[in-house]
Amino acid sequence: MITETAPPEVQKRSQRRHIDDNVIRNLGLVGVLILLIVVGIITKPDLYSDPTWVKNNFLTILQQASAIGVVTVGMTFVIIGGGIDLSVGAIIALAGVWATTLATQSYGAAGMIFTALVVGICVGLVNGVLISYGKLVPFIATLAMLVAARGLAAQISGKQTQVSANTTINDIASTKLLGIPLLVWILALVVAAGWVLLNRTTFGRRTVAVGGNPEAARLAGINIKRHTLLLYALSGLCCGIAAIMLTSQATSAQAAMANLYELDAIAAAIIGGTLLSGGRGTIIGALFGVLVFSTITNLFAINNLSTEVQNMVKGGIIVLAVLIQQFRFRSVTQLLKR
Amino acid sequence: MTIPAPRESSEDVVLRLTDVVKTFPGVRALDGVQLEVRAGEVHCLLGQNGAGKSTLIKTLAGVHHADGGEITWLGEPFAPATPQAAMRAGIATIYQELDLVDDLSIAENAFLGHEQTRFGFTKRRSTASRTKEILTRLGHGEIPPRQAVRSLPAAGKQIVSMARALSHDAKLIVMDEPSAVLAHDEVENLFRIIRELTAENIAVIYISHRLEEIREIGDRVTVLKDGRTTAANLPARTTPTRDLVSKMTGRTIEYVFPPRRTLEEKPPLLVVDGLTREHEFADVSLTVAPGEIVGIAGLVGSGRSELLETIFGARRPDSGTITLDGKRIRSLGTAVRKGMGMAPEERKSQALLLDEPIYKNMTLSSFSGFARAGFTDAAGERKAAERTADQLELRPRDVMRPVRTLSGGNQQKVVVGRWLLGDTRLLLLDEPTRGVDVGARAELYQVIQGLAENGVGVLLVSSEVPEVLGLSDRVLVMREGRMIREAPADQIDEDTVLDLVMAGSLMEGEPA
Ligand SMILES: Nc1ncnc2c1ncn2[C@@H]1O[C@H](COP(=O)(O)OP(=O)(O)OP(=O)(O)O)[C@@H](O)[C@H]1O
Ligand SMILES: [Mg+2]
Repeated sequence: MITETAPPEVQKRSQRRHIDDNVIRNLGLVGVLILLIVVGIITKPDLYSDPTWVKNNFLTILQQASAIGVVTVGMTFVIIGGGIDLSVGAIIALAGVWATTLATQSYGAAGMIFTALVVGICVGLVNGVLISYGKLVPFIATLAMLVAARGLAAQISGKQTQVSANTTINDIASTKLLGIPLLVWILALVVAAGWVLLNRTTFGRRTVAVGGNPEAARLAGINIKRHTLLLYALSGLCCGIAAIMLTSQATSAQAAMANLYELDAIAAAIIGGTLLSGGRGTIIGALFGVLVFSTITNLFAINNLSTEVQNMVKGGIIVLAVLIQQFRFRSVTQLLKR
Repeated sequence: MTIPAPRESSEDVVLRLTDVVKTFPGVRALDGVQLEVRAGEVHCLLGQNGAGKSTLIKTLAGVHHADGGEITWLGEPFAPATPQAAMRAGIATIYQELDLVDDLSIAENAFLGHEQTRFGFTKRRSTASRTKEILTRLGHGEIPPRQAVRSLPAAGKQIVSMARALSHDAKLIVMDEPSAVLAHDEVENLFRIIRELTAENIAVIYISHRLEEIREIGDRVTVLKDGRTTAANLPARTTPTRDLVSKMTGRTIEYVFPPRRTLEEKPPLLVVDGLTREHEFADVSLTVAPGEIVGIAGLVGSGRSELLETIFGARRPDSGTITLDGKRIRSLGTAVRKGMGMAPEERKSQALLLDEPIYKNMTLSSFSGFARAGFTDAAGERKAAERTADQLELRPRDVMRPVRTLSGGNQQKVVVGRWLLGDTRLLLLDEPTRGVDVGARAELYQVIQGLAENGVGVLLVSSEVPEVLGLSDRVLVMREGRMIREAPADQIDEDTVLDLVMAGSLMEGEPA
């Protein structure tokens, strides 16, 4: 008989280590979040001395993170599955505009929600078909979709802002449940569903396999084409949900809405530890990534700084967050190696 | 003279390792290794999968850094910080896992990291001609140096790796299982080059699980077990196999094939009829009955792997049919659903998710079967994977480890283990024992035989003729894409198979 080399306690440690990798990443992001809040406290001590303001501001941050957070969950799946979706912002615009045409509005709130979701899913399916069956590179296919979907949205809306006259839709953004905005509940639900889907279902397992090593996945009998298709449809669905959330917040929709959401969603997923080459990523990390962004936006808003400065700093913080993460990540693994 | 000469002139010892230690999180991969290599010798390293051979040579190559112990190279303390440093010091390494850049050309790969440049521009022409020289020396003058590496089969890539090692002015060349992907005549070529190298007083460290190779080419052997040197400097030719194996494993292994069973006549499970793919194979017909093991012998490049992949539905045939249990197989999806499984030839690129844990890799084709209503059953998968890990003697047995941290042979076991888990009825095995050590190999043979006894049909491709003959019930010989012979395994012998297989290749070796 050959006996096992590693004693049991060593084995346990190595098991824990794999979980730690992700936890450490996320801790890095929590660190960034705390840093941002500290900067807020230093620059606006008077605001932070008021507990109700702090609570409301916190909810505002979450609410601002809600739509982009939902999109980021879909994006994270696509990226883990080895793709990229540049068309998310455009899909939101198209879904939002389509859901707020006078014709759609005549079917009431249910009709509007249904339309937004179906438009999202369908555009996602088109992306998926182009990529998996048409063999287009995801970058190109979704870039083309970005242009086309925004164009179609402008066409439908006649470049006008379409006001939503439906009070049910408009109320979504102002409703609170247990003191927490409904939009935040939706985000929580989507994040929870995304986590379960990625970590506990065969769909999630396939996503990791397809993104991690497509050839191995194929030879193991996984239908990569169909799965890729479903991933883009999932991203489209998330965009449909986000379209309703944004329409409700603005009580209107227009072709230019959700501008540059693709960049925010990709950036949030990446700083949340998702590998751009596919095969690895976490939903919780992506959520933290989104929270970092909306906290920055908030920090600038309370300090009355312009969006130009804001964007410059945002770019810097993306780099910083990743650097900090890598630094923490490396030093901790080094420690574990001792 | 009055000064007594030392027992062995210590001057020609070029490399000496004393008590070298290397730990990874959770594993002591090297736990006090001693090694002494002399100029102009072929020093063989023996050891089971996971014994630490690759870790050892990566420490020499500057990929890993030793945590303890001492390395002396040409009389000086040696601790290469990077692979470049090791190369500059005169140590070139051929790694076990191919490490080529697929999209670069053969010449660019050969000179990767030490490109010949002038004013910052690469000297493409002279690089290509130097590469050509080296390839010719390797007996492969026909390979165009400017071709992309991607287009080469596994054996071709191995030759490029060798060319890369030879492109340095090395005083020590380390070869980690170079013969694993090579055909019989390629190995002869390799040995000829090794002899040329040692004649120039270059030292060679040679790793292989094939004892007969070590007997042929080796001068001295050092045996590793669990990261420790258990025997050093044994004479390669005269040490009895029994001793080597027991030093490696701490036990004695009867390295024999399981006894042959009698097969009852059954209608075939797999019927392949007139299968053809242009430039790969032509008009192949074969059958596999339930419980039967059919072995395909042939050279690397004779179209065997392509044939298996086509039967599996991973490649589309130009003509011909594949029928499993009366059902036509037209796609990979149907093949898997009907209970076909394949362990492909290239584990890293075709079979493994390197960053995922062992158990997820083992259940990659069966996790849906464990799942309930779309929800995966991780605990159930883990348990099943642990059972398979025991069956295959996976080391370490911790199924939560990422596959990347396993030794080469153990990664291979994960790939084979995958198909032991599902309801496989026909198993296609492409070089299943590549890189697997003697002990585990015997276990693997028993596992395959056990599957057959339970009614699973097995179609096996192997470059090792004794393996094909020992394991199969029926043998097919393939040459240049055609089946040239079929016979029950007990009615054909090794020499006949080798003759059949090689007949065409003698001409190939010569430049046109
Ligand atoms: N990067 C790594 N991280 C953690 N553990 C590792 C790593 N690389 C190797 N190991 C472990 O170190 C031990 C020695 O591995 P090594 O690759 O040196 O074995 P080997 O003797 O080359 O085996 P084989 O014959 O299968 O190639 C194994 O237990 C392996 O799991
Ligand atoms: Mg090895």
